Amino acid sequence: MNVPALGLTALVGGVLVYASSGLPRFGDPASPAAVHVSPRYIERGVAETGAANLVTGVLADYRGYDTLGETAVIFTAGLACLLIVGGGAAWRGEDDR
Amino acid sequence: MKFPLGSPVLDAAARLMTPFVLLFAAYVVVHGHDSPGGGFQGGVLLAAAVILVKLVRGCPTGWEIGTRTALGVACAGVALYAGIGLVPLFFGGHYLDYGVPQWIGGPVAERVLGTLGIEIGVTLTVAGVLLVVFDALAAWGEEEPR
Repeated sequence: MNVPALGLTALVGGVLVYASSGLPRFGDPASPAAVHVSPRYIERGVAETGAANLVTGVLADYRGYDTLGETAVIFTAGLACLLIVGGGAAWRGEDDR
Repeated sequence: MKFPLGSPVLDAAARLMTPFVLLFAAYVVVHGHDSPGGGFQGGVLLAAAVILVKLVRGCPTGWEIGTRTALGVACAGVALYAGIGLVPLFFGGHYLDYGVPQWIGGPVAERVLGTLGIEIGVTLTVAGVLLVVFDALAAWGEEEPR
């Protein structure tokens, strides 16, 4: 048994469990995450973006830059998959149909 | 894929289902403003329709959509998204600030239009990438050892 590793794991785990006691309660309306920009999104999202679906309003409008990054990540992941798993035939033009 | 899974029953079922899957994909994308859905989900549905055809008919002949076509579609999706983001820059706005150009109606109508445009970009990207991944996995092991 790796005693130092076990001790380190227990220490870090204990710190994390202790720190989790300071987190806001789930769904707490006064938590820091819920008082910064969320009220603006909820109160004025429909008027500003015209999207009745709040998720789309935030995803595509308020945080469009973030979604652009997500799209690029998906594209890059697809490219990586192609290159790792099966790019050979496609690049040689044998599988191009 | 060397051997398509097709049989008369599967072929008939796929012919019956594919148009509705495509229609539902378009609905999910376009209606993403007002109901759950959007580009990511619609892209998956679009890819699912093509993958169904590929599975039933054998990989390479599924609507003639090969790896390069799918890759081009994915590229076009990212380019569409980034290009729509560029438009407001020429009208003194910020990147991806769709409401600036003032071509039609008010800024809200333009925001709806811009959002729809980038959702279509996301749809193309997701569908293309899924088809690329499917083709890569389906072609795995088909090559003769050399």
